[in-house]
Amino acid sequence: MLRYTLRRLGMLGVTLLVASVLIFLITAVLPGDIGRIILGPFAEESAVRALNESLGLNDPLVWRYFDWIAGVLQGDWGQSMSLNTPVLPLALERFSRSLALAALAVAMLLPLAIGAGVAAGRRPGGPLDRVLSVVGLGLGAMPEFVTGVLLIVVLGLGLDWFPVQATTPADGSVWAVIHGLMLPALCLVLLLFAYLFRMTRSGMLSALEADYTRTARLKGLPERLVLRRHVLRNALLPTVTVMGAQLGWLVGGLVVVESLFRYPGIGSLLHNAATNKDIPLLAGCTLLVTAVFSLANLAADLVYALLNPRVRDALAD
Amino acid sequence: MRSLTRSLTVSPGLTIGLLMVMVWVVTAAFAPWVAPHEPTAMGVGPQTAAPSWGYWFGTDQYGRDILSRVIYGGRYVLAIAPASTLLGLILGTLIGLLAAYGRGWLDEVIMRLLDAIMAFPIVVLALLALTVLGSSTLNVILVIGLVFAPLIARTARSAALTEVRKEYVEAARLRGEGHWYVMVMEVAPNIRGPLMVEATIRLGYAVFTSATLGFLGLGVQPPAPDWGVMVSSSRSLLTTAPWAVLAPALAIAAVVIGFSLIADGLRDREQQ
Repeated sequence: MLRYTLRRLGMLGVTLLVASVLIFLITAVLPGDIGRIILGPFAEESAVRALNESLGLNDPLVWRYFDWIAGVLQGDWGQSMSLNTPVLPLALERFSRSLALAALAVAMLLPLAIGAGVAAGRRPGGPLDRVLSVVGLGLGAMPEFVTGVLLIVVLGLGLDWFPVQATTPADGSVWAVIHGLMLPALCLVLLLFAYLFRMTRSGMLSALEADYTRTARLKGLPERLVLRRHVLRNALLPTVTVMGAQLGWLVGGLVVVESLFRYPGIGSLLHNAATNKDIPLLAGCTLLVTAVFSLANLAADLVYALLNPRVRDALAD
Repeated sequence: MRSLTRSLTVSPGLTIGLLMVMVWVVTAAFAPWVAPHEPTAMGVGPQTAAPSWGYWFGTDQYGRDILSRVIYGGRYVLAIAPASTLLGLILGTLIGLLAAYGRGWLDEVIMRLLDAIMAFPIVVLALLALTVLGSSTLNVILVIGLVFAPLIARTARSAALTEVRKEYVEAARLRGEGHWYVMVMEVAPNIRGPLMVEATIRLGYAVFTSATLGFLGLGVQPPAPDWGVMVSSSRSLLTTAPWAVLAPALAIAAVVIGFSLIADGLRDREQQ
């Protein structure tokens, strides 16, 4: 397990290194004349050159990368051009808000999708399975801004159950916060439901057909125990692994959902940075999101290895 | 042809999916004849009129006919999605073949690089690239294609891994064929089944992604009747004229569902 963990950590390091080089290349090299972009098309050529010089843009590329990454590691993530504040504290503050939203969404998603997948997988082809599969297909096909709009129309404006703009009252109770975040969180749940449901369902199907399940039944175990001890444990394994990959969709969904519901998280910050062409802020947010996403993937892999005795034992040596 | 007709009758999902997509392809292709009005013409009807016989899907805040805009909007989606998927397919297949065929350290390096690229959430990577490159239809195609390439490369690699060990590959090499010739002319045709399924899945996601980018204001630019743009620009009308948002929103959902039905049908046929 230790060797596996170390190997995965090494891979994480490589991933983050390549990702940071990529972010650097896209944000620092692709745009071309940064001084011209900042100062606009009517600025004096000499002013542009002076700014480029002061930003260190005339240095060799490798040097500039190390300069940038050294700053990043020391907590200097640059200055946002549109908001005029340091990037790191802003990104972290917004990120914690997104985390609250994501946590609420995942807390609703997991029981819903796994429960539905287990129920559908127990009787494949039955009425419940058919209904859930069609619902899952429909939900999986709708971009989050479409489901978000539908949620706003039905639950926000029609029934007036939840506020249509995500709000977090500063002195509110936990329930008030949850109430305020309900619509965007539901939107994320609908975005991720289809895939997770499908994975759980197919995991259930293969576990129910497996030899160990037949053996458990033949030795006379009650059906409840067969399900709990043998089927569920194996059926949920693939679900754990895809959960890590689904976090990428969750982050992408955050960009759209937070913009739609005007929620001040990292997603809407990324969107604002993109609309305002605020490159330092964009680079910082992307870096943070990518790092967290990679860490979450690592965590999912480690949990999978812990849960699966075959992998665990193979890794023990 | 006979196998096609048989699979259409065997798999109703495939048929329904093809029909759903074909409706949009045909109306988009013949938009000037099908659409009752110009898509960007303002004031062809009253402002925010509810759906009626004159304006089937109603009108928006500028008095534009929403039905015509939705029909013309299909042109953007149905040009961007296949073009970007094709780009991703070509690029991804070449990378995947190279990794599977090269094996050893080359395989390792390529896969680690792809892992790193896939560490970015797709929308975030597209956002980053489009901000820097500027938003144009061509850039949207390029960015979606590039973002999809690693995913397709993975499928291509795992399908090709078993193929490259087969004897026909060695035979071709012994005949004196070059590496690229063997990869593209010998191995690639043998993995086209899984690649077709993967490409169809990606088509649906490409529709999804291009609509999302349009919604975020980084894809096709207004006043073009792109569906994502239409949802975003009519957002404020939700209370007064919900049809202006619902029509393009449901159009997106219909096309994505169509593509995913086709993908499911193809996968079932592949597994038989």
